[in-house]
This record gives sequence, structure tokens and C-alpha cells, in this order.
Amino acid sequence: MAEFLQFAFSGLTVGAVYALVALGFTLIYNASDVINFAQGEFVMLGGMATVFLSLAGVPVPLAALIAVAATTVVGLALYKLAIDPARGASAVTLIIITIGASIFLRGVASIVFDKRFHSLPHWFGDRPLTVAGASVLPQSLVVLAGALVIVVLLWAFFERTLFGKAVLATAANRVAAKLSGIDTGFVVGFSFAVSAAIGAVAGVLVTPITLTSFDVGTLLALKGFAAAMLGGMGHPVGAVVGGLVVGLLEAFGAGYISSQYKDAMAFIVILAVLFAMPNGLFGRTRIERV
Amino acid sequence: MSVVLEADGLGISFGGVKAVDGVSFRAEAGRILAIIGPNGAGKTTLFNMVSGVYLPKAGAVRLGGEDVTGMEPQVLAARGLSRSFQNLQIFFRMTAAENVMVGRHRHEARGVLAHLLSLPSVARQNRATRAKALELLDVVGLRAQADIPAGSLPYGALKRLEIARALATEPKVLLLDEPAAGCNPVETEELDRVIQQIAQSGVAVVLVEHDMKLVMKISSRILVLDHGRPLTEGTPAEVRAHPDVIRAYLGGHGAREAAGV
Amino acid sequence: MTSHSPDIAAPPAAGLLARLASGKLAVLLVLALLVAVPPLFFPSGFYYRVGAIVWILAIATIGLNLLMGFAGQVSLGHAGFLGIGAYAVALLPSRYGIHGIAAMVIGAALSAFIAWVAGRPILRLRGHYLAVATLGFGILIAMVLTNEQWLTGGPDGMRVPRLVLFDWPVRGSDTWYWIGGGAMLIAAWLALNLVDSPTGRALRAIHDSEVAARVIGVDVARYKLAAFVISAVYASVAGSLLAFFDGHITPDAAGFLRSVELVTMVVIGGMGSVVGSVIGTLVIVVLPQTLTFLSDYKHIMVGAFIMLFMIFLRAGIVPSLAALVRRRG
Ligand SMILES: Nc1ncnc2c1ncn2[C@@H]1O[C@H](COP(=O)(O)OP(=O)(O)O)[C@@H](O)[C@H]1O
Ligand SMILES: [Mg+2]
Repeated sequence: MAEFLQFAFSGLTVGAVYALVALGFTLIYNASDVINFAQGEFVMLGGMATVFLSLAGVPVPLAALIAVAATTVVGLALYKLAIDPARGASAVTLIIITIGASIFLRGVASIVFDKRFHSLPHWFGDRPLTVAGASVLPQSLVVLAGALVIVVLLWAFFERTLFGKAVLATAANRVAAKLSGIDTGFVVGFSFAVSAAIGAVAGVLVTPITLTSFDVGTLLALKGFAAAMLGGMGHPVGAVVGGLVVGLLEAFGAGYISSQYKDAMAFIVILAVLFAMPNGLFGRTRIERV
Repeated sequence: MSVVLEADGLGISFGGVKAVDGVSFRAEAGRILAIIGPNGAGKTTLFNMVSGVYLPKAGAVRLGGEDVTGMEPQVLAARGLSRSFQNLQIFFRMTAAENVMVGRHRHEARGVLAHLLSLPSVARQNRATRAKALELLDVVGLRAQADIPAGSLPYGALKRLEIARALATEPKVLLLDEPAAGCNPVETEELDRVIQQIAQSGVAVVLVEHDMKLVMKISSRILVLDHGRPLTEGTPAEVRAHPDVIRAYLGGHGAREAAGV
Repeated sequence: MTSHSPDIAAPPAAGLLARLASGKLAVLLVLALLVAVPPLFFPSGFYYRVGAIVWILAIATIGLNLLMGFAGQVSLGHAGFLGIGAYAVALLPSRYGIHGIAAMVIGAALSAFIAWVAGRPILRLRGHYLAVATLGFGILIAMVLTNEQWLTGGPDGMRVPRLVLFDWPVRGSDTWYWIGGGAMLIAAWLALNLVDSPTGRALRAIHDSEVAARVIGVDVARYKLAAFVISAVYASVAGSLLAFFDGHITPDAAGFLRSVELVTMVVIGGMGSVVGSVIGTLVIVVLPQTLTFLSDYKHIMVGAFIMLFMIFLRAGIVPSLAALVRRRG
């Protein structure tokens, strides 16, 4: 039982990070149909920038704030300089652009920062708490709480603000949104900025546990994308559930079956789910109109 | 005349709304059956069920006397049913001739290995397929545009290209979904001729069309749909005189137009 | 076929000469020159080495283009087949004494079989769901190659016995340059054959409208599967040749990054263009080599170039330039 809890906690912790990456994918996809494979680089930038600012003497909380702000600007720049100029290009062309962007950002990070692994201090110390026999890092709870706060904020934004509704309208029907006077270009730019910010926050929160380096983004993007698809692309709740499920599958797979095949676990389940539900867990089956 | 295609009590719903409900019809070889009704009446949906694109929730489809309900479109095509689309489904990146050549697919040898190696038989077959395609383009008046990319042909031409492509399969039944929509009077005239020619060759034609003049002129029977349900069925004269049709569908303008034929 | 297979686009008015110049033979001639001429100017053996890699990888790219550019189905896991081909020629000769060529054929057959079995359920998925399924599939293959140390040597990889043809050990970058170039030409020839056959037309039709293809009798599932299997065999053969050439392989050959690289090559060169696949491979392989003087800045430039190519030549290098020439001419 203690073992089970142990795996569950570590699964939820990484799962929360995957969920945030998947949310980033979903936000951008809904606003623009772009699958942004540079999503993982936002997580990397958030963590790495915080590390290097704090090494330069900036207090960690301030460093984290600056890092998130800087990453947000990077997200906006990605949209303005690479995605917007390619407006109207095919989906796969846009995907390749984001892959180019992720190679680019990784390259920049390896020079501006370095190629080593880095950590950040745990917020509330690194003495594990004991819960029903399982030991839990306080930082894990920080990650989970942080993810929860972000999800709640996003929900409130979409449900309670006029601009949030405009974003939703854009996601539902871009042409109609445009006709009713919504600045859809602004909405897409905003989505890139928010996705970047969410990624950066995830990076700040999880770096004390998982460490970070210039090249952690690829794997995170891959897992986040898989999680988003598992949930059902374009579905925010699906993204969160997908992320947590992938995290849990990895943790239990590693714990009970084989640590070498932990990534396999997640993908086998994803393949199985997609074969049974071709539109993911939460995606609706739609009959294509002809 | 022999009944080739039979739809029996077909029904389907989307999100709880019945788009088509209890619709039946029979199409005979060499005849034109028209299906009319206002936008959203369920005509296209009916075609989608009959051609295997949608799985009907109720009812049955019989082709040549055999139950083919729920069969895939390519299986139905092999059994002699083809169609055109209201919203163009053209192979835009291929030439007009190539579009029609794909329609010959089920009459071609399909060994992938032979194609990879480009055996002499493949070249021979390509020539035969192309000759047949050009013949059909001639029928619909597009012979001169054969080697132009379909993407750069005008709308009316694409409508006819779809018909040529469907004909290339050598169907026993041909479903045409609003072939005259977006066509100018000259093109419509041409279409009139083409459709009649197809029927005369022994094909059972089912025609969905809003151009009442065309419908009244060339159909032998007309089925009227409204809100997914059959309103009436009969000869053009009967349908034209039917009070429900005049009220529910033809309305003022359409009634005059139909009566004027 | 114009914008779709720009290699063999021939507007009828352009005359016999233009038609010849854009026919299948002309495309092959261009590719043959591309292989044959540069060595006249190679200052060192290193260039042969890079060239050999380009031609061999181009085989995999051409194959993937049949799937992506013709059938319109994306695969983010195609390096998995590259890995199967590579490990087949590493394992079978050393463990079971099977001849290298036979090992390559067995690898290709195994790839075809795996693609055929896995392709059925996977290809039912659409768009990004297909992408994630192929991604997972490729990762599973890479993971087996990494983790089954007893068989594959694990993450460090394993040595590949030298290919021996009729008592003649095949060695040297220049030899492999010509073998790779020849194999690429054969691969291109086969692909070009396919384009103007019932299979090629069916695939291109599926790309534009699946439903229209179906109602005129094209078995869409069969042709998607055929394209998947053919592209798997292409990748497998490329993997085998690459392994022979390198003499050593690691699971990275089958990794996600390799798969992404293959997709990038297809898209950068131009979807649906066989010449484009070769050019796309050339760009992606050679670009980092020419930028090595930038050392650490290399990756930045590679990423920037990929973005610039896609923004300004969004249909891919070859189709975009072909369209440009056509507009000017
Ligand atoms: N794939 C689908 N999903 C949801 N609703 C559909 C779909 N296809 C058709 N409908 C609905 O079914 C009804 C009939 O549509 P349709 O068959 O296109 O009418 P018609 O062709 O007679 O104009 C409409 O209300 C339409 O919105
Ligand atoms: Mg309709």
C-alpha cells in the first residue's frame, strides 16, 4: 500500500507537468490549429532562466518571475516572427516550423546558459513528508498545487471574462469569431503567450525535483503531445486528465513492471485507447460532413 | 422496368435530431428519379446513407435485389453504385483526365508490385484508361481541358468532371447531388443533355436538384422530402399539382416556375 | 499532377521538349547527374562520406514521401523501420552467419510485416491522432533496441560486420558513395513508376478526398496500408545500408529525433516531389556540416534555416522553386 501510494505521488507529480504541457498544446491548437512542438522548450526556458538568474544573484522568487515573463515574450515572439508570417501554410508545414523553433531555442539555451544539469532549491526544504508510509517531497505538493491553481485560473478566465469567451469563440469557429468582430490574430498571439507562461511556470515548479538542462524540452513536448492526444486534442479537461494518466502510467509501469520500459507503458496504453476511441478519451466522434 | 436500387425506410439522426426519417424510394434502370426538398430536408444525408458514406440507423438499401445496407462505399462502387457530391470532392492536385482515370480504378489491374516496376502491361493499361477517360470527358464537354489541373477549372466544369469521374466506374446507379448548382444557363442546358444521355444508356439516375425547370423536364418520377420525411412521390405532373408541395416547398416563386414548364 | 508531383509536371502547351525535360527519365537524369558530377570537385574523402549518407538517407525520405506526399498520411515513427533494417544487418550475419544481403532482405521483409500488422489499426486514425500513434510505435521499437541489451548491445549499440560481395569486402567512403547513389536512383525510379500507375493515382486521390476516392471504388484502407508498407521497406533498406556503411549502430538510428528529421526532410524538400526528397535530405544533412565552423551556434542556425525555408518556401524547396520558374518563364 505504501509502495502504491509512493508510485501514485511520483506519477501525479510528473503527470501534473505533462498536464501543463498538454494544456499549452491545447490552448495553441484551439486558437490556431497549430501543434506547437516547441512547447517543451518553454518548460526548459522557465527552469533554466530561473537557475541562471539566481546564480547571478537574483533572489529565486524574483528570478522565477523574470523567467516566466521572459518565456512569455519568447512565446509571443515565436508567434509574431515564425507562425504569423506563415499564415495559411499547411498543418504539417507549421509543425515543421515549430520543430525548427524548438531546435533554435535549444541552441540558444545551450549558449546563453550551458549544457549541464541544474537544480533549484526546494521551496519548503527537501525533507520528505511521510503520508501513510509513503514519503512525499514537499515540492511535489507545490507542483500539484501550482498545476491546480493554473487550471482554476484558466477555467475562471474562460468562463468568467469576456476576453476568455472571445478565445473560446475563436476556438469554436474562427470565421464566425472574426465576423463578430473578435481580433483572432490577437487571440492566437495571446494563446502563444499564455502557453509559454504556463510552460515556464511548470519548469520553475518542477526543476527542484527533476533537474533541468537545455535539452529537457524534447521529451516533455513528446509526452505533453501524447497526453493531449490521449485526452482528445483541443479538449482542456482531456489534456489535464491525459497528462495525469501518462504520469501515473509511467510511475506504475516503472514501479511494478520495468523501469526501462516506463515510457513504453504510456505509449502502449495510448495506442490501445486510440484504437478503441480514435478521438481520444474526451474527444467527440464527429461524422465528417460531405 | 427493372428496379436497380431500392431504399426502404431509411433513417438517421445527428445529436438526437432526425435528419432523415423513414424515407423509401426505388430507382429503375434507364429512368431518372428526382429527389427535391428545401435545404436541410435531408437529401444529401439520404445519398450519404445509400452510398455507404453514413451508416443508416434504420431501414435497408438493396442494390440489384441484394441487401447492401452498411456496406462500404468502395464495395458499393464495385457493385455498380457511384455518385457525385454537392460540395465538390475533386482531386484538385490532379489533372481533369487523371480525375476521371481514378474512376477507372475498379476496372484496372491493381498489383502494386507491377506498378512499382512499371511493367509494360502497366503502360498499356494506362493508355487504355486514359483513352476511356478522354472519351468520358468528351461526353461532359471537357475534352479540351483534359490536361489542365482540376484546381484551375471553373466551378461548373468541376461539377461535370465529377459526373465523368462517376461514369468512369460504369455504374448501374448514379446519384447526382445538385449537379446544376452554380452552373450558368448554358451549362445547365448541357447538363440536361448529359443526364438524359446517361439515363438512355440504361443507368438508373437519382437526381437531387433545385433547378425545378430541369427536374420537371427530365425526371420520370419525383420524391419530395421535407424535414427528413417524405412529403409525396409521383410523376412531375402529380407533384406539381400536389397542394402540400406547393405550400411546403415550391412556395410562390417556385410554384410559378414549376407550373410554367 | 502539376503541383502535386512537380517532378513530372507537363503542361501540354509547353511542347515536346518541355515534356521530355519534365518526364520521368529527365527526373532520373537530374538525380543521376546530382550523384555523378559533385565527386569531380570533391577535395577530400570526407565529402564522399557525407554524400553517401545523403543518398542513403534520401531512400528513406523518398519512401516516407510516398506515404506523406502522396497518400497524405503522416508518420512520426518511421525511424523505427530504419532501426529494424540497421539491426537486421548487424545481428543476423554476426549471430547466425547469414549473408549481409540476405540479412538486408530479411530486415526489409520484417519491416514490411510489422508495418502491415501495425498499420491496420494505426492507419484508421486521422491527422494528429495518426501522428501520435506512429510516434508511439516508433518509440516502442527504439525502446526495444535500447533495452534488450543481450541482443542489441543496449544504448552503446553494436558493431556491424562488413558487407562482403563475392569475396570482395565493401569498404571506403567512395565505394559507399556510389552504392548509395545507385540505390537512391533505383528507389527514385520505383517511386516515379508508382506515381503514374493505378496505385499512384489512387494514393494521390486519397490525399485530396478520401470520400470521393471511396465512392469510385478505391479501397482507401488498402492503399494507405500499401503506402505504409512500401515506405517501411524503403526506410528499412536505408537503415541497412547506413549500418553497413557506418560499421556501428546505436538505438538512436531508430529514435524520435531521427523520425522528426525524416519528416523535416520530406517537408523541406517538398511533399509529393521525389527530387524534393533528395534535395530535402541534402539540405538537412549538409547544412549542419557546412555550419560546423560555427561550432556551438550550429544548432541555432539549423533551427533558423528550417523556419526560414518553411516560411518562405512553404510548399517545400522543389515545388516552390518550380512554381517560381513557371511563373517567370
Ligand atoms: N454529419 C452531420 N453531422 C451533423 N448534422 C448533419 C450531418 N449531416 C447532415 N446533418 C444535418 O442533417 C440535416 C439534413 O442535411 P442535408 O442532408 O445536407 O440536407 P439537404 O441536402 O437536403 O440540404 C441538416 O439539418 C443537417 O444539418
Ligand atoms: Mg444537400
